Amino acid sequence: MLVFIIRRLLAGIVLLLAVSFVAFTMLYIGGGDIARRLLGENAAPEVVAQKAAELGLDRPFFVQYLDWLGGAVRGDLGASWFTSQAVVVDLSSRLPVTLSIVVGAVLLAAVVSVVLGVLAATRGGWIDGLVQFISVIGFSIPNFLIALMLVIVFAINLGWFNATGYVTFAISPAGWVASVTLPIIALSLATIATVTQQIRGSVLDAMTRDYVRTLQTRGLNSRTIVLQHVLRNAGGPALAVLAVQFIGLLGGAIVIEQIFALPGIGQLTVQATTLGDIPVVMGVVMITAIIAVIVNLAIDLAQAALNPKVRLS
Amino acid sequence: MTAVDVPTTVPAPLARVSLTRRLIRRPIALAALIFLGIIVLVALVGPFFAPYGPNEGSISDILAPPSPEHLLGADSSGRDVFSRLLYATRISVLAAALATVTSLVIGVVAGLLAGYYRGWFDTTASWFTSLIMALPGIVVLLAARTVFGPSVWLAMVIFGIILSPAYYRLVYATVSGVRNELFIDAARVSGLSDTRIIGRHILSVVRAPIIIQSAIIAGIAIAIQSGLEFLGLGDLTVPTWGAMLNDAFINIYSAPWLMLPPSLAISLTCIALTLLANGMRDVLERSVTVRRRARRAVTTKTGSVAAVTTSFSLSGGDSAVTDLEPEPLLDAGPIIHRDDAHSTSDNSEPLLRITDLRVGYEQAEGPDVEVVHGVSLDVRKGEIHGLIGESGSGKTQTAFAVLGVLPRGGRVTAGEITFDGLRLTGSAREGRSYRAVRGTRIAYIPQEPMSNLDPSFKIGFQLVQPLRQTLGLSKKDATAKALALLDRVGIPNPKRTFDAYPFEVSGGMAQRVLIAGAVSTEPDLIIADEPTTALDVTVQAEVLDLIRDLQRERGMAVLLVTHNFGVVADLCDRVTVMQQGRFVEQGPVRTILGHPEHPYTRSLLDAILDEGPAREELDEIEGAQR
Repeated sequence: MLVFIIRRLLAGIVLLLAVSFVAFTMLYIGGGDIARRLLGENAAPEVVAQKAAELGLDRPFFVQYLDWLGGAVRGDLGASWFTSQAVVVDLSSRLPVTLSIVVGAVLLAAVVSVVLGVLAATRGGWIDGLVQFISVIGFSIPNFLIALMLVIVFAINLGWFNATGYVTFAISPAGWVASVTLPIIALSLATIATVTQQIRGSVLDAMTRDYVRTLQTRGLNSRTIVLQHVLRNAGGPALAVLAVQFIGLLGGAIVIEQIFALPGIGQLTVQATTLGDIPVVMGVVMITAIIAVIVNLAIDLAQAALNPKVRLS
Repeated sequence: MTAVDVPTTVPAPLARVSLTRRLIRRPIALAALIFLGIIVLVALVGPFFAPYGPNEGSISDILAPPSPEHLLGADSSGRDVFSRLLYATRISVLAAALATVTSLVIGVVAGLLAGYYRGWFDTTASWFTSLIMALPGIVVLLAARTVFGPSVWLAMVIFGIILSPAYYRLVYATVSGVRNELFIDAARVSGLSDTRIIGRHILSVVRAPIIIQSAIIAGIAIAIQSGLEFLGLGDLTVPTWGAMLNDAFINIYSAPWLMLPPSLAISLTCIALTLLANGMRDVLERSVTVRRRARRAVTTKTGSVAAVTTSFSLSGGDSAVTDLEPEPLLDAGPIIHRDDAHSTSDNSEPLLRITDLRVGYEQAEGPDVEVVHGVSLDVRKGEIHGLIGESGSGKTQTAFAVLGVLPRGGRVTAGEITFDGLRLTGSAREGRSYRAVRGTRIAYIPQEPMSNLDPSFKIGFQLVQPLRQTLGLSKKDATAKALALLDRVGIPNPKRTFDAYPFEVSGGMAQRVLIAGAVSTEPDLIIADEPTTALDVTVQAEVLDLIRDLQRERGMAVLLVTHNFGVVADLCDRVTVMQQGRFVEQGPVRTILGHPEHPYTRSLLDAILDEGPAREELDEIEGAQR
């Protein structure tokens, strides 16, 4: 098991190196003359050269990359070209906001999907119909449109929530809940749609297994069979889907944060993208890749906890 | 095959009706298709009918509400929303098409090459896939936008690359599955070039799934593209649905109606694409299941007797019997031997009585398919009753019906099952009757030991949990009882097996565990469904001995389902022969073995006798080698 974890960790590190190299190449070479782009078409060549030297862009590419990598390993992702703020500081102050809505959405989706998926598989009927309806809506309508609808109905018309703004948990827990509720719902709907279908399918599949029939003949009641045996065996595939969803939600949060004016990674990314603030964009790419690696590792561990075959081999 | 009513009246696949034709018969899919057709039409010709240019604004019309002049009002720059919507439709459809085509070309080509040639190409492609999967698409798009500027088209090409693994995996999986099929080999042998093989044989297999995937990807492309534009990261001079939404969101308080046209355009298009994909998937899945079912039915039709003979050869000997003609069914009901009634000393009320039982399966289309056609059977207290027949004859279905565990779609359509005076089926309180006896007074030993233990739980837990729930034992008592049972069924180290997972023990051990589970509640009746078929020949005898010992020790009745006359002769008091959902002969084992009356029983017995010489020959060869 320890070997398994170490191997996954090493694979994750290799993946991070690959991502960093590809992203760095694209960002620093793909765009041509960065200093020229920053200063505009009319800037004098000597000013552009001076700017390039100031940002270290006149050095050979590999020196730049290794310099960046050396800093990154020590936890220094450089500084913004516009605010001179350290990228790590910027990211760490914004990460909690993004993570709170992403993790919130994952948890909400997990709970709702298990309940709906199991009910749809075991009861069928109108619950199954409802699940199919939610799936189509959640899967097709983009999350920012859902967010807009939620804002219009619950914030503007009903006034139940503030349309925009963020309150930290430390200042007011109730305010925090009010500020993240709509974003979490908007973000989670697509995940609920996907994971519910997955759970419905794997529960239906697990119910046809021989051991379920044998457990029935042993006199176990159907609640125990479904909640303990079927769900545990159906959990693996659903977890794998949830992992993929987590990465997707990280991207979804970028858009959702704009609608609710939440000061998360998304806002930072959009600003940096518009300005051409490459160190910040690079930092965002790396932090999402790191989160992806951590999430995948966590899911692998959860799979091992669920499935003794994985754990013992 | 002369039988008239074999349970194989599955509707033949609606062959050769094209996918499109079947699709438009579904109202939802048809509506989606029509809507998407309209969208494409608007994209093609809409701009010619636009009353204004897409970026033609007038200060006097800023945020003008809908009017005859501006059908959908005007936006914050005084531009006509209706005209912009027509232009935006063209751009959005083109953008989605660009992303779809890009990912289609890259994914399908890479998938074909990697799947067909394997090797380094395979490795590279899967590495690239995991790299792409590590980042959310929008983050990559934003990074690209930082460098390359706000181009809709470039963004869609990049997004197409990001999405290409979806096609890649689809094509790769299919090609890897197909490349070793015989028809591909045949094509290769007959001298077709690789390109021809890929083009003709492989692409035709993946075509339908690719169309479904394309509908999904087009939807995602529209969503992400409008998302980018909505964030204000697009090219401001290009009218798109997302850009319109961006403008509307800024003015959400002063001109809320602006939200409606772009929101509806985006969501309806995406919903239509999803519904179309779902519709296509349903049509495809249905045709696949119908085909698969029909094939299974055919194998039972023609291979039924072969199945019985192979099982005989399993118990030692060569399966030299090939010319076994199945006998025509007699509709006169089973032959019941006269000495059947007093074959056991105990002539009291039977423990299990099955009367005119019929089992049917619901079909998606058409009437139920009946697999058991009215059978009657008594199992007396303490007897071992054999139920023998070929695979597919309905003996397992009969057993499942008694246990009340028929698979989904199956049900008892007529007849009665009574256990010790308690009516199990056909009563309004069916669920309750079963709960009262199942797992306590009626138990079950399955055929395949491995698949009948839950792989995720330890063996001990699977024995203890039912004991606690049905008998209300404490955890300690149940554990002690389970350990004692494991010891009783001949497991050498009960404690270790108790703490093991099912995949850590052998098939023979697993079957002993299942037998321990079955007898744990001291039942009056055990239904054993081919309890030794899946085991090694050496273990078979041991398990049969164990069942006999336990039966004698506890005075249980056993209904033994089998296709093996050897097992019947070895273990049973009485036997019922089943063929094609009917009972054909019933009586004491001695009588049936000595004087079989029904031609089918005789042909089954002949099958064993014919094996005699073959087996001797085998022994001789072995002897000579020694």
